[in-house]
Amino acid sequence: MAKRMSRDALERRIGQTLKVVSIVLLLVIAVLPFYWMLNMSFRPYGDVQVHPLRVIPRWQDVRAVLSPLVCIGNSEADVCRSAVLNSSYAAVLIHYDFWAFIRNSLSIASMAALLSLIISIPAAYALTRLDFRGKQWVSSVVLLVYMFPSIVISIPLFVFFVRLQRATGLRLRSPAGVTIVYLAGTLPVALYMLRGYFLSIPQEIEEAALIDGATRLGVIRRITLPLAAPAIASVALYVFMIAWNEFLYALLFLVDAPAAWTLPLGLQQLDNQEVPRHFLMAGSVIISAPVIALFMFCERFLTGGLTAGGVKG
Amino acid sequence: MKIFLRSPGNAKGARRKLSLKAREARLAYLLTGPALIVVALIILFPIIWNVVLSLQPIRMRDLATIKLWDLDHLSFDNYARGLDRRFWTGLRVTLIYAFSSTVLAVAVGLWAALVARDPFPGRNLFRACLLFPYVAPLVSSALIWRLMLDKHIGMVNVLLEHFGGAPVGWLTARALPVHILGLGIKLPVVLITVILFEVWRIFPFAFLFILARIQAIPDDMYEAARVDGASPSQSLWYITLPQLKAVFGTLFLLRFIVHFYKFGDVFLLSGGVAGTDVLSIQIYDWLFARRNVGVAAAIGVLLALLLLALAAVYQRWFSTQEV
Repeated sequence: MAKRMSRDALERRIGQTLKVVSIVLLLVIAVLPFYWMLNMSFRPYGDVQVHPLRVIPRWQDVRAVLSPLVCIGNSEADVCRSAVLNSSYAAVLIHYDFWAFIRNSLSIASMAALLSLIISIPAAYALTRLDFRGKQWVSSVVLLVYMFPSIVISIPLFVFFVRLQRATGLRLRSPAGVTIVYLAGTLPVALYMLRGYFLSIPQEIEEAALIDGATRLGVIRRITLPLAAPAIASVALYVFMIAWNEFLYALLFLVDAPAAWTLPLGLQQLDNQEVPRHFLMAGSVIISAPVIALFMFCERFLTGGLTAGGVKG
Repeated sequence: MKIFLRSPGNAKGARRKLSLKAREARLAYLLTGPALIVVALIILFPIIWNVVLSLQPIRMRDLATIKLWDLDHLSFDNYARGLDRRFWTGLRVTLIYAFSSTVLAVAVGLWAALVARDPFPGRNLFRACLLFPYVAPLVSSALIWRLMLDKHIGMVNVLLEHFGGAPVGWLTARALPVHILGLGIKLPVVLITVILFEVWRIFPFAFLFILARIQAIPDDMYEAARVDGASPSQSLWYITLPQLKAVFGTLFLLRFIVHFYKFGDVFLLSGGVAGTDVLSIQIYDWLFARRNVGVAAAIGVLLALLLLALAAVYQRWFSTQEV
């Protein structure tokens, strides 16, 4: 060992140690709860009570969860019905209707994402490429509605919803009806993010094409949109994620219409004394897994978008 | 159109010159039009309407029949009712909640960003994993936390007891008396829990923001400092942190605004009980528990005014920065 370490070397050594400790600690903080969710989704209450800290589920519990798999094709048998009720995942999906919630969530989230993009792409283009009166004003509105809290908008929207439903007789408490409300959350984010992205894409090629006599719409179609495709895709994914995770609007507008429940609302409503905890954890896995998987696949692609527009989360 | 075609030559030339600009503007209105209409219908109009609602006595039960745009009988009664003692307590709780969760999330984000600044094996995976809490659906995150913090079977209390501690009611104890250095303090346990939950969910966001800025600091600055004999802690203190000032400011304002209005996080974790009665929960409560739409709208208007002030601060700050 050196007799006297310089301050520099000493700090470097301490820094290295701290770094390793920090990496482990941060990973535990971020990931452990999700591992615990997976673990607990297999373990019935009796087991948790006796061994609260069991890290890997017992084989018999894993088998109980998997057992309904053999029933695919002949789900009529009584054996299968009880197998479903003994398997947390199958019970949540079949007995508690999560299949329907998945369908609702998918259709609402993809419709909200699609509509947001269709509406915001032309607007973001105009705000970054064209010159017109009131442009500054429109940009300020975009920022304002982007930051506007959904809890405040939800009151008048709720009143409006009730009245519109009464006046028109439309079934607004449905996936289609609530998509409009979701737009209030996703459209400002899409507008704000796309505007930022379009600003960062160089305009020289477009200007050159315009000087060469291309029409404005031709330039948009052949140059701007292809250049912006990665940005648009990441906004689409991000907006989809917001809508998939959305809870407040679902709670306010759909709570009386169980057939239209989304996954988050369905899961929250499941959270009561009668439902076993490992069912809830299975439901949590079912909601989180698609988002986390989607995110892992497109991580690089999405991180830029998260910093650009991840304010509402 | 015909009239224009018959007009004298010089006017025609002037028209063509104008029309290039006018055509661009027309295209711009065409392209922004749909977005503006939808934003006006589902956001701007509701915001204005909310003000009208807040000035009328509207209960949930007569929502379907009452006249909703009644400008003749406006009064401030809803504000008088809404601004009760609970509101002021709630305002204090909301400020504490928003302030501490924002500061702590930025601090943890900075810690993570400093760790991830220099490459190490598996850094990309590390970065992706840290983002889990931010992308996972709120409802499932809240359920996991509630299970982990369960007073009897939750792993946190079980571990606490294992190491000789007493179980803590993380989601039920309004105040826990503790003795630190001989001082008796009452810890607002549930408030601390919801703050930590928010920090856990949001620090990845601060992490990404700060990491992007840290990696943009030119290496020459560190080189120069090293040549001058600066130790790592000195370069952290004299180079990195000053370079991050702007991003701290932006993050703080941005997140403070969002946390101030958070509803779902508190609602799903504690339900607003035991000292976590934030203002957004009070709005929900007025709307669905007390079924008083008018008062809910009144508190909503107050929150919106506050947002306008905060947004103005944010925009002023943003225009002075280049982040």
